[in-house]
Order: sequence, then structure tokens, then C-alpha cells
Amino acid sequence: MTQTIAHAQDSHGHGHGHDGHGHGHDPHLAHHFDSMAQQFDSAKLGIWLFLATEVLFFGGLFAAYAILRMRNPEVFSYASHYLDTIMGGINTCVLIASSLTMALAVRCAQTNNRKGLILGLVLTFLGAVGFLVIKYFEYSHKIHDHLVWGSTFYVPPEGKEGDAEREALKTAPTVSTTLVVQDPAPFVVPDLAKKPAVDASAVKQASRGPTGIARASGEPAPAPAAEPAPGKVEEAHPALHLEDPAMPPNTHLFFAIYYAMTGLHGIHVVAGMGILAWLTWRAVRGDFSSRNFTAVDTGGLYWHIVDLIWIFLFPLFYLIH
Amino acid sequence: MTTIPLPSAGPVRDTIEARPEHDNYLTHTRGVLSWAFTLDHKRIGVMYLWSVLGSFLLGGIFALLVRTELLTPGPTITESADTYNQWFTLHGAIMVFLVIIPSIPAALGNVVLPIMLGAKDVAFPRLNLFSYYLWVTGAVLCILSLAMGGFDTGWTFYTPYSTTTAAGGVIPVLTAVFILGFSSIFTGLNFVVTVHKLRPPGMTWFRMPLFLWALYATAIIQVLATPVLGITLLLLIVEKTVNVGIFNPAMGGDPVLYQHFFWFYSHPAVYIMILPAMGIISEIIAINSHRSIFGYRFIAFSSIAIAMFSFIVWGHHMFTSGQSALLNTLFSAISFSVAIPSAVKVFNWVATLYKGSVSLTTPMWYALAFLFLFTIGGLTGLHLATLSTDVHLHDTYFVVAHFHYVMMGSALIAMIGGVHHWWPKMFGRMYDERLGTIACWIIFIGFNVTFFTQFMLGSHGMPRRYYDYQPEFQVYHVISTVGSYIMAFGFVLTAVSLFGSFFGGRRAPANPWGGRSLEWQCASPPPFDNFAKAPRVGDCYDFSVVHWDEKTGGYWVDEPADPEVNPSAAPKAAH
Repeated sequence: MTQTIAHAQDSHGHGHGHDGHGHGHDPHLAHHFDSMAQQFDSAKLGIWLFLATEVLFFGGLFAAYAILRMRNPEVFSYASHYLDTIMGGINTCVLIASSLTMALAVRCAQTNNRKGLILGLVLTFLGAVGFLVIKYFEYSHKIHDHLVWGSTFYVPPEGKEGDAEREALKTAPTVSTTLVVQDPAPFVVPDLAKKPAVDASAVKQASRGPTGIARASGEPAPAPAAEPAPGKVEEAHPALHLEDPAMPPNTHLFFAIYYAMTGLHGIHVVAGMGILAWLTWRAVRGDFSSRNFTAVDTGGLYWHIVDLIWIFLFPLFYLIH
Repeated sequence: MTTIPLPSAGPVRDTIEARPEHDNYLTHTRGVLSWAFTLDHKRIGVMYLWSVLGSFLLGGIFALLVRTELLTPGPTITESADTYNQWFTLHGAIMVFLVIIPSIPAALGNVVLPIMLGAKDVAFPRLNLFSYYLWVTGAVLCILSLAMGGFDTGWTFYTPYSTTTAAGGVIPVLTAVFILGFSSIFTGLNFVVTVHKLRPPGMTWFRMPLFLWALYATAIIQVLATPVLGITLLLLIVEKTVNVGIFNPAMGGDPVLYQHFFWFYSHPAVYIMILPAMGIISEIIAINSHRSIFGYRFIAFSSIAIAMFSFIVWGHHMFTSGQSALLNTLFSAISFSVAIPSAVKVFNWVATLYKGSVSLTTPMWYALAFLFLFTIGGLTGLHLATLSTDVHLHDTYFVVAHFHYVMMGSALIAMIGGVHHWWPKMFGRMYDERLGTIACWIIFIGFNVTFFTQFMLGSHGMPRRYYDYQPEFQVYHVISTVGSYIMAFGFVLTAVSLFGSFFGGRRAPANPWGGRSLEWQCASPPPFDNFAKAPRVGDCYDFSVVHWDEKTGGYWVDEPADPEVNPSAAPKAAH
């Protein structure tokens, strides 16, 4: 046993050490493993650990989501109306379907069904493309309406609608006297003072803040929010969020965490497409067989976690109103 | 010394005498590219070692600049407090992220772990090399951030300062630390899988040397804690670039959330630093006492216990950040309980020394220094875990002194001890023991002069990270600065003794210290494939079978061939 390994090791260190160059070994067996089973088990444990890091990576964002939602429940239930449940639902189905085709691809690799493997991988890839295309339409619609993170949320969008909004804002209540800070200069560290803590448009919004809170704690809710037309949730809210007097303060936070989480998820989908393309290329080359399907299997596990994270994201953002 | 009759063909003698000028991993292939693209764990470890030591030099220079600036109240060597802020930030960030976290696992661990385990390599050699290049990328970005305006946030990057500071290097350094985090994750992932899946026959969990237990516990923390740092820094980058407001109170966000996230990683990170150090100490003390380690299982399990505790004590960094009283109490109580597994280790090490036949080699001096410094560092941690005292000591030099005793006096001292311990194995040369010991003493004295003084400074109320101070603190600052110069001299001497070994140092025998674990059974430096023969796995702390050999100037191990004790030495059935 030892001698065979010593031979296999001679191939090591020349920059392409993943093949053992024969000697009676499976060509896919790396020099430092004793058997294919050991190599497969190691890869499996490795990918599961990697998935654990992915869960913790997103876990930070889930924790941030929990904290923000606990602090601002009214923001989350209000702002969720602006998300398109239909599109989100379709995307969920697309991802679940792509998980199925991925699982079938792994099965085909295990049973030496090369055509099935390639078909499964291509379908999964198309699922990823479909998901991103739908996501693109969702994002671009929201970005157009300035349903975004940060202070841009409070800037009226461009175009005709925006002009009306700008007119409306002119007559909007100005900063109430209680909110006016006296001269902040003596109390503020000079460096911090260079960057205003709140920009002008955000202050306008903040002046509307108390209305939102007051209504939440007793007064009857405004008519549009109370009677959302079934199936046409968008209409329950004015197309332009800035015109809505019921909008609670800090609504931008919902979109901050929404873009952070779905954006990071989107990056993972893009990475997944890279992996799927690479797997497809190798499958076409004929690398995979019932003896060697580790890469398909681990790539599949990655794809499933991307899918699984979306399955948590969808209800947490789209279905909470 | 009585001559012990040598067996005709022991595994060790075989390796050494059959191949006197043996082909080793350093000479196996030649050329820069053979190193740059190597997949050999030993070479990757050595590259890590040089990189980490280089960063240590850089971080040390910034430390000396900081200490020199503090010689006098007001301006000393720089007129600008901003420059001072950048110095201590760089010192902290470099030492934490570029030096201590990768030092033991990635540098020494990479070299030693597979050999100790009896494996041919780590489970994923290419991932290992990738992890090294991630480190390099992170280091380059870290240096680049200096050219892009530096950063003055402190190594903790607390919001809202980090999102509002005018210093231009914050985003590059955040990216750097993000990348370094993934380097650390991949090293940890590799080690967990290696320990689980690549143990040879006979290497059971409880035959593993304690260094491996420590690296395993560390790897678990690296895999589970570091992703949270990754996402935190990512959010901070997003916050700084597009102002999402999640950590910004002016936008309805929560800066304390940042602190929670940061310490959820960075407290476990403290154990990423100290656990492998404890593993090294277990090895050095057992081997140099020539006596079986006392309480093997207790030490092994205390590593795992510390790893588990490490995840639930982060809140003790935030006692003054406005946590609820209940949370403070809980975090305080759990922090105290970390003292239990830590003390279990210390008592076991001391018990190992008791009635041992102690050889005062250079690594052993470092281990003894560790025992002393870690005890001080650990006990002063209790002052900080106590709510009522922490309110006073928070953000003073007391904290600075405490974590330097743990991070430098313990983790780095153990790292330097480990470098001395495995130097002959890594490079095949013996260094000058006398010079090494003297250097160790100078570092030890310099360290205590520097940092013990800071306990007094802190308890008298000197806040940390200040450029200027009241004149009554000056005497302490001067003592502390002089101590740092003594320490710097000690490190220069260490470097002289280590690098001197390349010029006329005695050729290292396979087993210079009398170790029993597997790495001492292959030649020094190890051959490319680690073991000429399948290694014989035995009880790695049974030193009764280790014998001195006058001829090689080292020890040899008389492994039992009993298949009960040692299945791998028994004739094998075809596989």
C-alpha cells in the first residue's frame, strides 16, 4: 500500500496535483487519499462545513433583520406591501424547480446517464437565469420609484410623477419647532460635523414621523391601508410612497435590509451559475461517472443552500403584511 | 550517558541513515515557481511563516512608534494626533489579522498537522494554497490602504466613527480583513476535514497529540465564527459606500448591533489565537519534561469546552455599551466560567512538570514564560469580567495590558516557542541554544516591564488610544516604552539565533527533543512524502520508549510492534 502511494506522490507538486497518473489507481484519486471513498467523504464533509459558513454568513443578516423588525414592526408590515408577491412567488417556484433539476442531475451522474446529467445542469442553469431576470424586473421597478436604501428613499423620483411629488413636498409640514436642535456646533466633534447626520430630505420625512407613530398607537388606520383590494396589493398604497401620510418613519430601513439580503443572495445565485457552467462543461467533456460524481454532488449541495436561503427570504419579506 | 543497544532497523534510523543527504521537501523541486504553485502543506506552511514573521516586524515597528510617541505628554515624534491614531490602528489590525490569527494554525499548523497526524497532506491541498494567496491579497490590500489615506478607526472599526471618518483607507482595509477572514475559514475547514478523514489506521481520537486537539478546536471556531465577521464587514462597506443606515443611528439603525456582530466573531477570535498556543505548550512541556502529559483527556476536552464557551461570552466587551442589566449579568457569569477549562489546562501543565525530568531548552523557556504570562493575563481577565470593576477599567490601559498578556505574552510567546520547537524539523538546522535562551529571557523581562506597568497606568485611570496624557502618568509611560525597547532587542536576538542556524548550525537530528509524536519520526527536514514508511502510531505521550542516541545527537523511538497497541505496525492485509 505504502509503495503505491509513494509512486502516486511523485506526481505531486508540479502544479497539477489532482491526478495520480495511473499506477492502478483511479485517475480521479488525489495522491494523499487512500481510497475514492475517503476522498468522497472528505469532499462531503468539506462542503457541509462550507454550507455551515454560508448559513452563518447569512445568519448575520437574519439577525440584523430580526433586530430591525423587532424595533420597527410598523415599518416592516407597511413596506412589505411594496414588494410584488406574485413575482416573488414565481421566483420561489423557479428556484424550487431548479433544485429538483439539480437533484435529478446528481442522480443521473450516479447512474452514468450523461445526457440526463447535462440536461439537468442546463435546466438548473436556466432556472438561475430565470430567477435573476425576474429579480432584475423587480429591482428596476423599485429603483425607479426610489424604493431603495438610504436617503435616496426620500428623494422624489424623476419624471412627471416626481414633479407632482416635489410640489407636494413643498407644502409638506416643515420641521416642527420641537425637532429643531439649537446650535449643534459646540457639542459635535469637528470631524463628524463635516458630514451632516441627517440630510435635508430625511428631515422632511422625520417631521412626518410622529403622525405615523400616533396612528399606530390608537387612531383608526387610514382608509387605504385598512382595505387593501384583494390581489391588487400595490393599489392599497399610493404609487409614490412619499405621498403616503401613513408611511411610518425609517421605512427606508426595510429596503436597506431587503436589498442587503436579496442582493447577497443574488450574488450567490451568480456564483452558482458559474459553478453550474463549469459542471456542465466538465459533464460535456465526460468527466463524471458513477465512480466520480463528487463535484456534481457538492455543487448540487451548494445550489440547494442558495435555494433554501431564498425559501426563508421570500416569506420574511413578501408575506409579512 | 550509557549507550543503549540500537535495533538493527528502527523506523527513524532507517530514514536517517539510508538517506543521509536525503531528498527533503525543501530540495525536492527547485525554483520560485515550484514554491509559488506548491500544493505541499509544508511549503505552504513555510511561506505562511515568513509572511507572518514579516508582518510581525511591520506591526512591531508601529508598536514602537506608538510607544515612542507616548514617551512625553503632547507631541513627541509626530505633531498630529491623527497620525498617532493611524499608528495604533495599524499596529492592532496587522497584529490581529495578519499575524496572530494565521500564525499558529496557518504557519506552524500547516507544517505540523498532517505529519503529526500521519497523513500525507491536508485534505484539500489546492484550497490550502488558495487560502495562502487570499492571505497575500489581504496583506497587500492592507498595505495599499496606507497609500489610500490610511485608517484611524482602531482595529475594531466601531461605527459610527468608521463610517464617518475622513480617512480614505477604511474601505480597502475592511475588504482586506474580509478576505483574510476567508483565508482563515478555508484553513479551518481544511483542518477539520483532515483531522476527521485523514487519520491513518491506529490514530484514534485519543491518540492524537494535544496540539492536534487544539488545532481542531480552533478550526471549529474559525469555520463557525469568521463568516459573521465577513458579513459584518460587508455590511460596513455597504454602509460606508451607499449609506444603507443599518448601523447608523441618524438613519434609524443601531451602532450597538455592529458591536454585537463584531464581537460575536472577535471574541471567539481571541480563542483562535490562544487555543493553538495552548496546544503548543502541551507539546513542549510534555516533551521537555520527558514525562507523560498529566490529564490528557482533560486538556483535550478543555480545548473543546473553551471553543464552545467562546461563542457565548462576546457581550463582555460591551458592558458599558448600554446592554440590559440582565444581559450584562449573564455575559459576566459565562465569562467567569471560561476560567475553568483554562485553569484545568494550567494545572495539568504544572502537574506534568512535577517530578518530570525537565530539560531547559529554548522552547521550554518559552513554555515556562507562557505559563507565567498566561496566568497573569487570565486572572486579570476576571477583573474585567466583573461588572463593577469593568465599568472603571473599561477602555483604560488595564484592558490594553490584559489583552497583551493574553495575545502577545501567551499566543505570540507560544508561537515563538513553537517556532523554536519545530525549527529543526522545518529547516534541518539547530540554532544556538544559549543565544535563544538569553533572547527568551530578554523578551520576557521586556514584556513585563512594558505591560505590567500598563496595569498600573490603567487602574490609575489612563484611557487607552490617547495621544496626550496628564503629566503624572509620564513615569509609567517612560517605563513602558523602555520595556518595549528591551523587548524589541530580544526579538532581534531571537532572529539572530534562528537565522544564525542557517550559517553553520548543527544538522538537526530527526528527534532533537525526545518527542514521541509522529513528526519526530520522520527525518529533519521531512522528506517530500512525509514518511518513508507508513508511520507507527503509538501513545504519543509515552516517553518510556524514547531513547537518547549519542551518535546522531538526538533521540529515537522504540515503537512496540504489538498489533494491539499499534495496528499500523502490524502486517497489513491487502486493501
